[in-house]
Order: sequence, then structure tokens, then C-alpha cells
Amino acid sequence: MLINLRRSIVMAVIAMAFFGFIYAFAGTGVAQLFFKSQADGSITANGSTLIGQNWSATKCPGHPLGSCVFQGRPDDLGPYAAVICASNAKNCTPSSGGDNPLVANGVNGESAATNLGPRSKVLLADTKELIAYWNARGVNPTPDLVTTSGSGYDPDITPVDARAEIPMVAKATGIAPATLDKLITRETQGEELGFLGSNYIDVLQLNEALAKLR
Amino acid sequence: MGFTWTIVALIVALGLTWRYLGSYMAAVFDGRVHFLGWVERPIYRALGTSPEHEQTWKRYAGSLIIFSGVSLGLTYLIFRIQGSLPLNPQHLGAVPPALSFNTAVSFLTNTNWQAYGGETTMSYFSQMTLVVQQFVSPAVGIVAALVLVRGFSRRNSSTIGNFWVDLTRCLFYILLPIAFIAGIIFVGQGAVETLAGTVSIHDALNGVTQTIARGPIGFMEPIKQLGTNGGGFLNQNGATPFENPTALTNWLSIYLILSIPFALTYTFGKMVGSIRHGATLLVAMLVIFGSFLAITSYAEHQGNPAVAAAGIVSQPTGNMEGKEVRFGDTASALYGVTSTNTSTGSIDTAYDSLNPMGGFSMLGGMMLGEVSPGGTGSGLYTILLMAIIAVFIGGLMIGRTPEYLGKRIQAKEIKLAGLGVLVMPLIVLILTGIAVSVHAGRIGPLNAGPHGFSEILYAFTSQANNNGSAFGGISANTPFYNVAGVIDLLVGRFGVMIPVLALGGALAAKQVVPAGLGTFRTDNTMFVGLVVGVIVVVGGLTFFPALALGPIVEQLSHGKFF
Repeated sequence: MLINLRRSIVMAVIAMAFFGFIYAFAGTGVAQLFFKSQADGSITANGSTLIGQNWSATKCPGHPLGSCVFQGRPDDLGPYAAVICASNAKNCTPSSGGDNPLVANGVNGESAATNLGPRSKVLLADTKELIAYWNARGVNPTPDLVTTSGSGYDPDITPVDARAEIPMVAKATGIAPATLDKLITRETQGEELGFLGSNYIDVLQLNEALAKLR
Repeated sequence: MGFTWTIVALIVALGLTWRYLGSYMAAVFDGRVHFLGWVERPIYRALGTSPEHEQTWKRYAGSLIIFSGVSLGLTYLIFRIQGSLPLNPQHLGAVPPALSFNTAVSFLTNTNWQAYGGETTMSYFSQMTLVVQQFVSPAVGIVAALVLVRGFSRRNSSTIGNFWVDLTRCLFYILLPIAFIAGIIFVGQGAVETLAGTVSIHDALNGVTQTIARGPIGFMEPIKQLGTNGGGFLNQNGATPFENPTALTNWLSIYLILSIPFALTYTFGKMVGSIRHGATLLVAMLVIFGSFLAITSYAEHQGNPAVAAAGIVSQPTGNMEGKEVRFGDTASALYGVTSTNTSTGSIDTAYDSLNPMGGFSMLGGMMLGEVSPGGTGSGLYTILLMAIIAVFIGGLMIGRTPEYLGKRIQAKEIKLAGLGVLVMPLIVLILTGIAVSVHAGRIGPLNAGPHGFSEILYAFTSQANNNGSAFGGISANTPFYNVAGVIDLLVGRFGVMIPVLALGGALAAKQVVPAGLGTFRTDNTMFVGLVVGVIVVVGGLTFFPALALGPIVEQLSHGKFF
């Protein structure tokens, strides 16, 4: 009994040293040495390419907010927080705006999904409002554009989603739809190793490329 | 097409792992691998033990329990004083007592049920402490399975190995090297690994300033998956790009989760001297895994009913509510099945938003006792319990004393196996019953109707099976759910593990009966059918009424919303 207690304490300390500290510090060392940019969060001038942003409040003179850029997927509060809050009042802070990882789910700093079930009335009502939001901007939304991702800040959309947004972006920027179509093709990233996952476009990179066109 | 190749790649990789990791693990536990002797020996010296010093099952179990208790205390203590410890760039305060205790128990039991949001609750120091448990708890699971395996491989033996030696070997020879190499891949793909705190960036394009949580995440990922732990750094776990940046890391996660639990069947076969017996268990696991995969990938390829009712009927990419674009519907389904057929419980999609039959599959994988292939160690010992029950039933049919691998299965063994099999359903159904009967339990769910019930049922099923995933809508950080959860976690882990250790001890002491003409074969297709039958009957019949009130009624209520 006592000998086991002593052994347990010794083993717990050894485990803490090896797997708590040495493992983490060696890992961080290797990561910072060889993959500095990834290890720091893939940060570029305008944000991390791995973290979705709120594009819906982008100022577009003469046009509705957010219509002169490609928008990502809604997060827990939607990029359209104010719209969604009306129906999903349970955990909602309307002034917070969507897609910022620090305000998702109304809890400062947490990633989160809606966690609404497939037969949820709330989800039904939210989706209707999201469809109305897109229709008002001349977009016939794809499923991705009206559903919330698992993390709450999915940085990607599919090429199909991006093409669905072309009418909105073309109208607000004056760039020809054919040019936008070509831009989307150029920014599309294929499946990993040719077969894993889906084709996708990083919304931040797409908008950076779009900004260069204007 | 992509999904077919995903599966093919997985089968090839796991096939090789089964063969080679399986025999490597057998060599490690037989003491035939020595390249880390310079690390091992000083540890044994510090512990005052050596590989020659064998323990009886009771001493082995005693060491395991006392070590678990000490680990629990240390983890709890660190959460409580994290505010005064270093590596806390966000200056987070102490974790509240009930939550600290629930979390410490949850990581100790290989569950990683997380009633908290990682990035807003835990300092880096605390997260590193969790990583320690992510190494140690799967190792404890594996050594417990090892005792049962030795029960079959040894004869007339009063001892079953040395807990400290088995634990050390498992940690250093198996878990550490694989996790470290995989960690490099995760970080190379984009997983974050830094000790610097959050970062704020202003985006000139849209005028938004983001503050982004970071941390030592990339090297937590591989051990989270490899050890079938499941607890991530961030609230949304493997759905977040910082934990699981690409479809490649997603595939790697699935591979890591399945590698040890499947390979242990080879290790078992090797150690008992009949690879065929290991392969028989492997096939039984694959039958169940494949069935759940078929159900889930079909269910998730269908559209989301609420989205369809709102006006978007055509959903060619499947149910995307709660899913990430870079993974897509079927790879997310595969990840979900992998996570819930083992004791992992990590997520790359919001399980709460799965279609009814997708959610059914997640629950079903856990309710069958997590044997396909189950957690590291726990999967093997649970399916061995099922095999013993199957042998007993087979024995009843042909009217002979049942034997498995030459060991007579008598009243004592059957009682222990029966206890190990029934503990989990019992605690899940009792706690779910209590939760739906009291106000404190009923206020938990986010969703209304049958889905709300599913959230409660899922919470207790997940904790008792040491899975740790959740229908995330439930508000689990309440005194009721924290306390009920602790009971669920401990009973589900040690209520099965202790009978397993006792069974190992009892079997090791037995003689081996040579196989004769009338011996019931336990290494053929018929036995696969019998084992799968026992698993489905025990899990299926016990939980069918509860499932009928949750996902099944949800599936059947066409056009109704709650």
C-alpha cells in the first residue's frame, strides 16, 4: 500500500516531466524551427487563412453591407447576427457580429456550432432567414451558405458556393461575372493528395485576389 | 470516388499496422525490445522495481488503482491553482471545484468528456497536464487488456506481470514515438503549436479585428487520437482548423485512432500463440464497424430535413449543418463512426446536428460497448468478455464445459465476464432515468422533443463508455451533470476494468485443456457470427427502448419539427 503510494507519486512526477513538459517543449521547438508560419497560426497580413472571418459587415458604398466581397459560411450567430438573433435568442448577443472566433456562441473566445438537431424548429426558422438574406442580395444560396460549420469559423467554401455569390459580387463591384468565374477557378484548391476531402476555396485568399482585381 | 479511395488507403495502412505494430507490441510486452533501456532502467530504479519482480492480479490492480488516484489528485490540484502557475498567457483563473473534479476524472478514465470550453477555461499548464493523462490513461487501458491476454497465455501462474514495467514500456516504446512523429505532420499541415498567447489582427479588407486563440495544440492532436482520448485544446475539437487543418490530417486522425485498437487483436493472437484467434476478433470488429459506417455515410449524404423544409431541397453535398467544407459529408461520417466505435470521442463535425440515423449510429457504436475496435486496451478486453459469453452460450448449445484457448470457462469466469458486460448498460440507463425525472436533468438539453432526450441519453452513454463526445447542445457544466457524470465515468471505467483484472488472474492460474474432437471452435466464421450476435443482443436489446424514444422516433417523424 505505502510502497505503491510512493511509486505512484514518483511515476506521476516522471509522467508530468516527460509527457507534460519535455513532450510539449520538444514539440514546440521542432514546430517553431521547421514550420514557423504554420505553428504560429498561418497568420497573413489580413488574418489567419485557417480562421473564417465576418465579411457581412464589409462597407460597400452604394450597395448593401458585405455585397462587394465573397462571404464565408454563417457561424453560430450567422454573419448576419442581427438577423439570426431575433429567432435564436437563447444565447445571443446581437451587437457581437458573426464569424469572429472570439464571440461565437456568445462566449468570449470559444469555437462553437449551433448544435441544433435536424428536426429543430429553430434551425428551420434560422435557415429561412438566411435564405431570405441571400435572396435579397440576388443570390440563390447553396446548402453551405445557409448552414453553420462545426467549428463556427469554417474558413472555406466550395467553388459551387463561390459561384452562387457571383451575381451579388458582380453587381457591387462592377467586375464581369466571367472574370469572377475565372478568379474562382484559379483560387480553387483540389482534394488533398487527389482524393481526400473536397475541393475548397479559402475565402480570405479569394477576397485578397478579388481586391487586386478592383 | 474520393471516398472509395479514402477507405482503400485506410484499409491498406491499417492492414500493415495490424501486422507490424501488432507484433511489435507483443515484443514490447514480452520484454524483447530494449532500445530505450537507458530510459527504462533509471525509471525502474526510481520506482524500486524491476521486470523480474512480478505481481499477482490483486497487487497489479492495487498498483493501478492507487496510481490512478494519485494522478487524479495531481490533475485536480493543478486545475485549482492554475491561476498561480506559469504558462498562463491569458491569465485564466482557477477552474471551479466541480468542473475540475469532473474534468480530472474524465481524463483519468480515458474519456475526455469536456464540460468546459478549452480555450476559455484552461491555461497552457493545465492543457499540458491533460496531455499527461492522454498518455497515461490509454497505457493503463492497454496494460489492463494485457493482464487478460496473459490470463490466456500463461498456465498455472500466480502472477500476471508488473504494472509499473508494463506501463513504462507502453508509454515509451509505443505511444511516445508514434505521437511525436505524427505531431510533426499535424504541425506541417497547419496545426498551431506555440506558447505565445492569443493574437489580434486587423483585416483591412473588411474592417474586422479578430482575436484568435492559440496554444500548444499540434502535438496534443496525435496523442488525443492515438490514445483514443478525444479531448482537444479548443471547444470544437477536430472541427477547428487549428486542430485539424486539412483533409489529410483528418484522414491521419482516423488512422491514428484505429491503429492500436485493431493492432491489439494481432498482439493478442501472437501472445496466446494463435494469430487466427486474433484475426477472428478482428473480423467481428470489422463487421460491426462496417455496418455503422454504411448507415452513417448514407444518412449524412442525405440532406438536412430542416434545411430542406426551409426551401433548399437539393443538397448534393449532404447534410452540411455542423460540418466543415474541407472534409465534406462522407469523410465526416467516417470520422464520427471511428470516434464513437472507439473510446475516442473527438469530433470533426457537430454530432448534435447529424441526421437522425447518423446520430443513431454514434449512439449505437458506444452502446454496443465500444468493441469495434474500441478504446486502446478497453476495446480488446471488452470484446474478450463478449467472446467469453459467446463461448458460454456455444457451450450450452453443445452441452460441454465451455473453453476458450484451452482454458475452462467456469462459474467464476462467467460471473466476472457477465458483471463486466452489464455494468455499463446498467449505469447508463439508471442515470438517464434519473436525469429525465428531475428538473436539474431536464433543463440540460438545448433541443426540444426527441432530440432533447437523445442529448441526455448521449451524455450518459458517452461518459459510461469513456467516449467523451457529446450531442454538444446539452449544458453539461451544471452541478447535477458534473456529479452524475463523475459517477458514470468511474463506474464505466473501473466497474469493467477490475472484473477484467480479476478474470485475468483467475485464468492465469488455470491449466490448459488440450483441444479434442468435441472442442468448440473459437477461430472460425461461425464464432465471428456468435460474438457479433452476443454483442448485438446484449447492447441492442438493452438499449432499444431508449433508442426508440430518441433517434428512431426522430427519423420517423417526417415533416414534424420540434
